[in-house]
Amino acid sequence: MSRVRLYQVAVIGGFVLLLEALCVGGVIDKVTMPPPHRIVVDFVKLLTSKAMYPEIGKSMGNVLVAFVLAYVLGIVAGTALHGYRTLRDTLDPLFATYYAIPVFAFYPLFIVIFGLGDGPQVLIGVLLGVVAVIVTTLNGLDRVPSVLRKTALIARLTPLQTALQVTLPFCAPYLLTAAKLALAYAFIGVIGSEFIMARSGMGYEIGFAYTNFDNATMYPLILLILLLSVVMNGVLSHWEKVLLARRGQQ
Amino acid sequence: MPAPHVTLHGVTKVFPAAPGGQPVHALGPIDLSIDKGEFFAIVGPSGCGKSTLLELIAGLVQATDGEIDFEGRAIAREIPDGIGVVFQEDACFPWLTVRDNVGFGLRETVLAAGERASRVDGAIAMMGLREFAGSYPAQLSGGMRQRVCIARTLVAQPRLILLDEPFGALDQQTRLLMGDEVLRVWRETGATVFLITHALDEAAMLADRIGVMSARPGKMIDVVRTDWPRERDSRIVEREQFGAITSRLWKTLRDESMKTMGRMTTSA
Repeated sequence: MSRVRLYQVAVIGGFVLLLEALCVGGVIDKVTMPPPHRIVVDFVKLLTSKAMYPEIGKSMGNVLVAFVLAYVLGIVAGTALHGYRTLRDTLDPLFATYYAIPVFAFYPLFIVIFGLGDGPQVLIGVLLGVVAVIVTTLNGLDRVPSVLRKTALIARLTPLQTALQVTLPFCAPYLLTAAKLALAYAFIGVIGSEFIMARSGMGYEIGFAYTNFDNATMYPLILLILLLSVVMNGVLSHWEKVLLARRGQQ
Repeated sequence: MPAPHVTLHGVTKVFPAAPGGQPVHALGPIDLSIDKGEFFAIVGPSGCGKSTLLELIAGLVQATDGEIDFEGRAIAREIPDGIGVVFQEDACFPWLTVRDNVGFGLRETVLAAGERASRVDGAIAMMGLREFAGSYPAQLSGGMRQRVCIARTLVAQPRLILLDEPFGALDQQTRLLMGDEVLRVWRETGATVFLITHALDEAAMLADRIGVMSARPGKMIDVVRTDWPRERDSRIVEREQFGAITSRLWKTLRDESMKTMGRMTTSA
């Protein structure tokens, strides 16, 4: 284990121990938050009881759909915009200010349009992620050195072959960054929407447990979301790191 | 007398005006004939259109006027078969190993796998990269990466090799040694070589003939024959004639370079 990784583990471990001490010592009221060891016990119980599996499945399914849609639409739109300068220049101000728009404010409108089902939640996940993917894709495409395109021309590659054998591999680290962003926004969008008006899902269950002081459900679910998000992002980050290291960029 | 391999007749390139600007007359008219198996170098002041000339011959850009023939066929709107280019910039694909980089030029060919592998191995060995075949470009020095690019060009067995300031980013010692490598490749392959360089000594050492270009719009203002033997290497710089050639090149180029500098000062 590297020294940096050791420090990272020590910081997280230290934080958990501090929290444990504060909870056990009564500084943090147990109604507010149970000690971390209790959360872990409840977490195991929650997973072994299987009671939350439908909720977890629904939320993760929606996160996956939102992620895939945001990612695919973002890459397609980014690639198209890269080829149409005027359209890109027209949309640039929107991209620059996009994250100042509170997408959640449109949730009632989406419910009117799509009903109370999963549609609005997925749509919010997509809307949050898609622009990040577009911007990152454009960023990657802008950086493809012209000399690599010329090399492809000299090798007499067709435009499709150039896209698949030169442009796409060159942009791979950028596309992985886009995937990380799309995944994070899909989590935020879907779980966040479930808090507001959904009738099921992990976000809804956390909100419900909160209202009923059900810490034995609320904290394990929060921990589960945290773990899922960290593990998925960790896998993508590791992959990105391997790619960048191979290119001498890390 | 050897047959002309590449001929240029009245080749001119004018780049269209940028918004609010004027069209740029970059090059020409240029008339030139390069023999089969000849090593021809071009020198000229910065911005005179040397690289544009190379890209015109490679078919990467289209001439505004005039005609370019390669092996008797006009180059127009597509990259001709039998041409390889080594660029000044690092053109290694960072996600591919040396072996895969070298093999890139053969990806879309109809060669059998065995023949392909044998050509890749041959090019890797020729450029002294055998023990680095599994390395990624990031693990190599600038000179070695340029050798990978040369190997990738050689693997396609081009009959015309275009070199666009391929040693521009290298230190002086490496440049001399790379010059030896290029001379060896030229002798062993029998290909015609067209070299663009800003280094007069490099042109004088490597080429059979050196074309001197004027300031923009670049025109051929002199062609210097070196009369070097085909078997030569960087030690040729010790010869008295070497100094005479570089002196002649500089004498012709000095005024043109001053014009370019004047233009730069004016535009600054």
